[in-house]
Amino acid sequence: MLTLAEIMETIKMVQEENLDIRTITMGISLRDCADPEPKVACRKIYDKITRLASRLVAVGEEISREYGIPIVHKRISVTPISLVAECNRQEDCVEYALTLDAAAAAVGVNFIGGFSALVHKGFTYGDRALITSIPAALAGTERVCASVNVATTRAGINMDAVYLMGRVIKETAARTAEQGGLGCAKLVVFSNVPEDNPFMAGAFHGIGEPECTINVGVSGPGVVKNAVARVGNADFGTLAETVKKTAFKITRMGELVGRLAAERLGVPFGIVDLSLAPTPAVGDSVAEILEAMGLERCGTHGTTAALALLNDAVKKGGAMASSYVGGLSGAFIPVSEDAGMIRAAEEGALSLDKLEAMTCVCSVGLDMIAVPGDTSAETIAAIIADEVAIGVINNKTTAVRIIPAPGKKVGDKVTFGGLLGEAPVMAVHPFSADNFVRRGGRIPAPIQSLTN
Amino acid sequence: MTAQEQKKNRIIVTVLGPDRVGIIAGVAQVLAENNINILDISQTILQEFLAMIMIADMEKSRIDLSTLKERLAAKGSELGVRIDAQHEDAFRFMHRI
Repeated sequence: MLTLAEIMETIKMVQEENLDIRTITMGISLRDCADPEPKVACRKIYDKITRLASRLVAVGEEISREYGIPIVHKRISVTPISLVAECNRQEDCVEYALTLDAAAAAVGVNFIGGFSALVHKGFTYGDRALITSIPAALAGTERVCASVNVATTRAGINMDAVYLMGRVIKETAARTAEQGGLGCAKLVVFSNVPEDNPFMAGAFHGIGEPECTINVGVSGPGVVKNAVARVGNADFGTLAETVKKTAFKITRMGELVGRLAAERLGVPFGIVDLSLAPTPAVGDSVAEILEAMGLERCGTHGTTAALALLNDAVKKGGAMASSYVGGLSGAFIPVSEDAGMIRAAEEGALSLDKLEAMTCVCSVGLDMIAVPGDTSAETIAAIIADEVAIGVINNKTTAVRIIPAPGKKVGDKVTFGGLLGEAPVMAVHPFSADNFVRRGGRIPAPIQSLTN
Repeated sequence: MTAQEQKKNRIIVTVLGPDRVGIIAGVAQVLAENNINILDISQTILQEFLAMIMIADMEKSRIDLSTLKERLAAKGSELGVRIDAQHEDAFRFMHRI
């Protein structure tokens, strides 16, 4: 029998501590939609998405109501479009983006991910066509998210792709300059990208995935923060144990919602992504958890250690709570989407370099970071190269979602609105890496032994 | 009907708010009108603030959970308390393996 205290704990988590299911994401394979005639392919894509996802939003809302747990987003991820559009030309790729946008609007989801390419070892014609069409695709659509995997531990780093992405990011910012470079908030550059990630903007439906599946992303930084605050000055063992137990409870809700959604939609349940995903709401911040652990401000010395403890404990607790774990699984540190990170950056406590160090011990990477509008494509490419090198060497996923905010300089602020929040423009190093990134070619895959 | 299936229809009704006469009666009346059986009640009072939970079985209910939630919410505003109903699994999943 459940006790009164247990029931009150659950209710308190939802009502006071912002516990929610961040997203249920339906993964849909579009591999059967390829056609040499883009119009035919796009019609097949539209029909398939609107058929399979027609009840996604309604089912999400139904579960949310019956179980009393908010489900913030219902989203869709699809097969990387570079695979589906391989035989089409570059100018046709935008047509695919418009189709995804229309299908997402028709079923009522706010984001659809999968305008993506995997080029960690090299480009096919289709990959190159898709990547060069990203700026136009993101400028011309509202809901489409793009991602490009440029490196893996087994293939090394495709530096041609890294440099190209530097230029694509600049052009995307320029094309969406009126909205502060908003297009870049929907574009992620990955290393070791997972195939089943339910979180935007990096979600796509990988080639090892089934026809259709449901993946769930949990949230709950507020719940963890309050649990951490309650243990006071307890030692690290107690701290880790508390985070673990809390992560277990949060993840159980994700597991429940995932199973229910899969059952009601008649598709297999994929994975739960064990993530602490912050929102701009006060009290829903990963930075505030680190500060509750005893740091004056997120970004000061000790931050990497605190984050390492947090991330590991979340995974340990979460892994016990779910039958299938996947996706990005870890604490997210998107600057613009986290009130505590924004404050730390504004006060000068948190720098780009410290963020880079933090990404060594957590999911995912340099996320939602605004840099001055005059940052060169080469500098952005060098930032990407650094970040993916961390992923490649440490055998983990890392990512870069960076916004060179047009016309903005350090100290300014760029506002994207909603869950994307607002980002203080952060300083980049003034020294050039131009000759390094322009070399071209591929950084070889790293050795897997002699690990120091 | 197996024990497992029976559990599928169980809900938890929670009442939070200032204590007053007639809260349990009010909630019980809504449940009885719709043929929903109360299995257990427990409550506590903290500084005149009432926290009550009821476990109920919707097996023979005449209405679905969404409709019940609306009726309980309406009764809650009448009584000046917050009343909600959720599927029991939302709690069992979190606290029991």
